[in-house]
Amino acid sequence: MVDITLRVNGATRTGSPEPRMTLADFLRDDLNLTGTHLGCEHGVCGACTVIVDGRAVRSCLMLAVQAAGSEVTTIEGLAPDGELGTLQQAMWDAHSFQCGFCTPGMVMQAAAFLGGHPDADERQIREALSGNICRCTGYQSIIDGVLLAAERSASPDPAAPPNREH
Amino acid sequence: MKLPHVDYEAPETVSEAVELLAEHQDEASVLAGGQSLIPLLALRLAHPAVLIDINGIDELSGVAAADGWVAIGAMTREYVAEESGTVTDTVPLLAAALPLIGHEAIRSRGTIGGSLAHADPAAELPAVARALDAEFVVRGQLGERVIPAAEWFEGYLTTSRRPDELLVEVRFPAAGRGTGTSFQEVARRHGDFAIVGLAASLTLSEGAISDARLAFAGLSDVPVRAIGAEDLLVGEGPSPELFDEAARRATDGIDPPADLHGSSDYRRKVAATLVRRGLRAAADNAYERQ
Repeated sequence: MVDITLRVNGATRTGSPEPRMTLADFLRDDLNLTGTHLGCEHGVCGACTVIVDGRAVRSCLMLAVQAAGSEVTTIEGLAPDGELGTLQQAMWDAHSFQCGFCTPGMVMQAAAFLGGHPDADERQIREALSGNICRCTGYQSIIDGVLLAAERSASPDPAAPPNREH
Repeated sequence: MKLPHVDYEAPETVSEAVELLAEHQDEASVLAGGQSLIPLLALRLAHPAVLIDINGIDELSGVAAADGWVAIGAMTREYVAEESGTVTDTVPLLAAALPLIGHEAIRSRGTIGGSLAHADPAAELPAVARALDAEFVVRGQLGERVIPAAEWFEGYLTTSRRPDELLVEVRFPAAGRGTGTSFQEVARRHGDFAIVGLAASLTLSEGAISDARLAFAGLSDVPVRAIGAEDLLVGEGPSPELFDEAARRATDGIDPPADLHGSSDYRRKVAATLVRRGLRAAADNAYERQ
């Protein structure tokens, strides 16, 4: 066991994970933040994506002990007061989900990406989400949702439709 | 799939890491970005007794240009190299390959040294290192060795690093005037390992090719140079016919592997196409850099 202290969703948290425990398992099992989903557990599916020190990472490919001293944001941290943010609301409006299993990873990857590329176009969004696997939607509605979020951030008119390139 | 029980050390200096490697030898695995090692642990394909986590060794990160070379610390994360102006300006072939590695979240953690020490023959960075004759600096308790790329890659996931040595730095030569480069690959999805990848570099002086480098990913158990095609190109003036002939010779002496993603013959054909595309792009780039 190794004692660690880190910030998760703005709060200081401590724990004593075994070195072999992944950040994903630490978040889910020790901190009870089960919004982070585990799909493949070997870095292929992207479902466990969280934001560590401002960058999207796969929490199944990082040890919990390596997150000591870091600032971690999980899906629970995006709407701490229960109000959906711009990205979440846009994905809701675009029906970006079916079963919802991949959703936390998709949202976190999109949140990290839009943070650095607020005026991203469809091609860039597809590229940014290309490491996240969804088995239901066919991706189009997810891309639409993220694109809608980018457009709403650029122009505050909430009725603006997604501007797709075909 | 949880990771197996494993002891864990987190040295803060290269000397501490080297001491631990000397103690544990091949019972130890060095944990850099973890984007390949952690899946190997999860899948029980690797079972070290101890992980030596080098993420806390600050001296292993950084990009520095000096004397016609760019030295990249082994723990430098791929996204950091990708965003480095020095890399973009000085080693454009590396800059072209970096965005093709995995996905954004992989490059957040993955490192230059980790990818090159893991030595997956289908990965981008080994082909770039082999094309450019990069130099690998390893440190052991007796001091440093500098290993040329031609001697670094020994086999599938196998390098000439000894178990008691740590890869500390990789040096890439700066692209000079008249040197154009291109990285090409065919993968099933963006971000996947290449079915075939090609790192190409051409130097033009006075209208003729004075240096040609073609290194493939995915065609062997190590990144391989297309020696026959390179020899054909040097001394000639670039032309579509010359590039076609180079493409025909690209896989001379190479026996590409077959798997569910493609037969050996398919890989040969892809390799030839990539050579044609890569040479055209590298030549265009070389003209721009005259």
